[in-house]
Amino acid sequence: MRQIAVYGKGGIGKSTTTQNTVAGLSQAGYKCMIVGCDPKADATRLILHAKAQTTVMDLARERGTVEDLEVGEVLLTGFNGIRCAESGGPEPGVGCAGRGVITAINFLEENGAYDADTDFVFYDVLGDVVCGGFAMPMREGKAKEIYIVTSGEMMAMYAANNISRGILKYAQSGGVRLGGLICNSRKTDKEYELISELAKKLGTQLIHFVPRDNQVQRAELRRMTVIEYSPEHPQAEEYRILAKKIADNRDLVIPTPISMDELEQLLMDFGIMESEEAVA
Amino acid sequence: MSSAIKDTQKMIEEVLEAYPDKSKKDRAKHLAANDPTGQCSTCQVKSNVKSRPGVMTVRGCAYAGAKGVVWGPVKDQLTISHGPVGCGQYSWWARRNYYNGQTGIDTFGTMHITTDFQEKDIVYGGDKGLDAALHELKELFPLAKGMGILSECPVGLIGDDIEAVSKRVAKEFGIPIVPVRCEGFRGVSQSLGHHIANDTIRDYVLGKGVLEKTTPYDVALIGDYNIGGDAWASRKMLEEMGLRVIAQWTGDASVNELGIATKSKLNLIHCYRSMNYICRHMEEAYGIPWAEFNFFGPTKIYQSIRKIASYFDDTIKENAEKMIEKYKPEMDKVIEYYKARLEGKKVMLYVGGLRPRHTIGAYEDLGMEVVASGYEFGHNDDYKRTYPDMKEGAVIMDDATLYEMEEFTRRLRPDMVGSGIKEKYSYHKMGVPFRQMHSWDYSGPYHGFDGFPVFARDMDMTVNSPTWNLIRREK
Repeated sequence: MRQIAVYGKGGIGKSTTTQNTVAGLSQAGYKCMIVGCDPKADATRLILHAKAQTTVMDLARERGTVEDLEVGEVLLTGFNGIRCAESGGPEPGVGCAGRGVITAINFLEENGAYDADTDFVFYDVLGDVVCGGFAMPMREGKAKEIYIVTSGEMMAMYAANNISRGILKYAQSGGVRLGGLICNSRKTDKEYELISELAKKLGTQLIHFVPRDNQVQRAELRRMTVIEYSPEHPQAEEYRILAKKIADNRDLVIPTPISMDELEQLLMDFGIMESEEAVA
Repeated sequence: MSSAIKDTQKMIEEVLEAYPDKSKKDRAKHLAANDPTGQCSTCQVKSNVKSRPGVMTVRGCAYAGAKGVVWGPVKDQLTISHGPVGCGQYSWWARRNYYNGQTGIDTFGTMHITTDFQEKDIVYGGDKGLDAALHELKELFPLAKGMGILSECPVGLIGDDIEAVSKRVAKEFGIPIVPVRCEGFRGVSQSLGHHIANDTIRDYVLGKGVLEKTTPYDVALIGDYNIGGDAWASRKMLEEMGLRVIAQWTGDASVNELGIATKSKLNLIHCYRSMNYICRHMEEAYGIPWAEFNFFGPTKIYQSIRKIASYFDDTIKENAEKMIEKYKPEMDKVIEYYKARLEGKKVMLYVGGLRPRHTIGAYEDLGMEVVASGYEFGHNDDYKRTYPDMKEGAVIMDDATLYEMEEFTRRLRPDMVGSGIKEKYSYHKMGVPFRQMHSWDYSGPYHGFDGFPVFARDMDMTVNSPTWNLIRREK
C-alpha cells in the first residue's frame, strides 16, 4: 500500500487533480482510497457525485465522541469502487481544524480503514501546511510520498517551496519524500520551463504538466471527474498519463527548499518579474 | 562586604556547583546573600523571568493566578473553568477561602464548574458549549450575582471568542459575565494571572456596584483571600478601630463589593503582589490612596494599625491606641508561652505573594529567625521590600528549585521549613519539620490578633512535635 499526500496552495486544483488521478489509477486496476483533510469536505465530491454528508468529525460531534463511530459510516464508495472519507471540521473562524484532521486520521487508522488490499491512499490536504494538524498525513510514517500541485503563478510557487520545507522537516525525523511537482497550468508565460526549473532547484521532478482545459469545469459541474464524464476527451488522457507516472514513480527525494531571494531570482530569470534595476 | 554575606555567597556557589555551566550562570542570578542596607551590588536577585528548562520549578500558571487566587474566592459568582476538566478539578477549593452563605443557593465558593472540553469542542470550538453552560447555570443557580469564564490553555489555542459569548449572555441575564484570558501558557508564572484578573475586575465590575451611603471611615480590604478566615480576623480589627470595611477583596467577597471599592477613602492592601495593579488604577482613576500593611505578629500589627490610623482623624487614632492597649497583654502572654519553646529556632521560607516577607515579623516575635526566604513569582518590588526585613547574610532565593531548597536545608539546618504542598512530602521524607504556608496546613486564621495565637501554636506544634524524632533524619 502506498500512502500519498497532495499539498499545494489553496485553490490550485488539488482536489480536482487528486480525484482525476485516482480515477485514472482505479481504471488501471488499482484499489484506491481518498481521505479528504479539509473541513470543507469537498475532496471527494467528484468521486461520490455529491458532497460527503457524513464526515468523521461531524458524526463524532453528533454522537459525542469519535469512539462512538463505526468506520463503515464514514467510509463511502464512489466511482469505480474508490473508497472515500472526509475528516470534516468546523466552519471558518472557530475551533481547531488541524486537531480534527489528527483525530480523523487516527480514527481511520485504528479502525482498519486501510485494509491490506488497498493499493493507494491519497490524502488531499487543505492549502498550506499551516499547523501540526495539517502536517498529520506526513507524520508518524503515514504518507511517505508527497506531490505538490503548483502553477506558474508566484504565490503557488512560493507555497510549493514552503511545503518542501515541511517535507524536509519530516524527512529527517520520518521517511517522508517528495515525489514531484504537478503543474496544473494557469497558462502563465513560460510556465513549463519555469516549473521544470523550480522542480530542479527543489531537487525533484516536474512529474506532469496538466494543460488547462474547460472540459474539467464541464465535468465538475456534473459532479464527475473528466475520466468518468468524458473518457475519450484528451484531458482524460492527461490524467491517465499522470496516474501512470505516479504509479511508476520511484524518484522519491528529500527536497532542497530555496530562499525567497532565489525564488524571486528564478522569476526574473524567466522574465516574468522585472528586476529592481529595470524598474528603476 | 561582611563575612556573613561572604559565607552565604560561598555556600550558594557550592550548591550551584552541581549544575551545568549555563544553568549555573542563570540560577546564580536568582540566589543571593541578603544585604539589608541594599548597598551590596551582588546581593540583588533577578526575578519574574522564565524558569530554567529542566529544573523543578514549583511555579503555577496564569490560570492558577487568575482563578485560584483572585477570582475564585468571589463567593456569589459562578466561576467556570473553561476547558478540559483537569485544571478546575485539581485546583478545586485548594486555598480554603472561607465565606458566609448557603453554598449552592446564594454562594458557590466550594463548587467546581467546568465546561469539560471533549475532542469535539477543540475541533468545533467551545463557545457553543460555553453558551449552553451559562444558561444551565442561570437556571440552576438563579441567585448568582455574576459569572466568570476562566480560560484554560486550549481556549487560547483554538481562539474561542469568549468575549462575544459573555457580552451577549450578560445582556440577556443582566449580570456581569467576565471573560478572563488567563490561559496557562501565558507569562512566566501565576503572577501574570493576577494582573489579568485585576484588569478584568477593572473592566467588568469596578465602579458598577451599589453602596447606599458613604462615611468618612470607609475602607476596602484588598488582597486578603480569607484563607482559614484571615480576612475576618483583619476586618474585625479595622472595625474595632472605627473604620467601615465596605469591601473585602476577594476573600468572602461579593460581586457587589468588587463594584463599590471605588467609594472607599483608603484602600488597604495586604497581598501587594496579587492586587497592587487595581490599587494603582483606583489611585489614578478615582484618586483613592492605598496603603500596604502587615497583620502577621504583634510587632507588625501594632505598626500597621498606627500606620492605617494615621490616614484618619484623632478618633480613629485614639481607637487604635486603645485597641493596642487592649490586646497587648493577650499577645504578650502568647509570646511568653511560645517564645520559651521556639526561641532561637531557624526558619526557611519559600512561598508566594506576601508571605516570604510578611511572616518574618511574626516569627521574630516568637524569637525565631528566618534564615532563608524566597518567592515563587515575586517581582523586583517584592524583593526590595524584603531585603530590609531579613538579617545580613540570609539566603534570598527566587523561583528556587527543589534541589536548591534541599541543599540549603542540608547546609542551613533550619528547625522548620514553610513552603507549599509540592515541597511538603520531600521534607517529611527528609525528617525536617514542615508547615504548608500557602493554606496554613488546614489551619488558620494567621492574621491579626485572632490569628497570632493560632500561628504560634501551629509553629510550636510543627517544630516541637515528637513525630520528627521517630523519623530517621540524615546526619
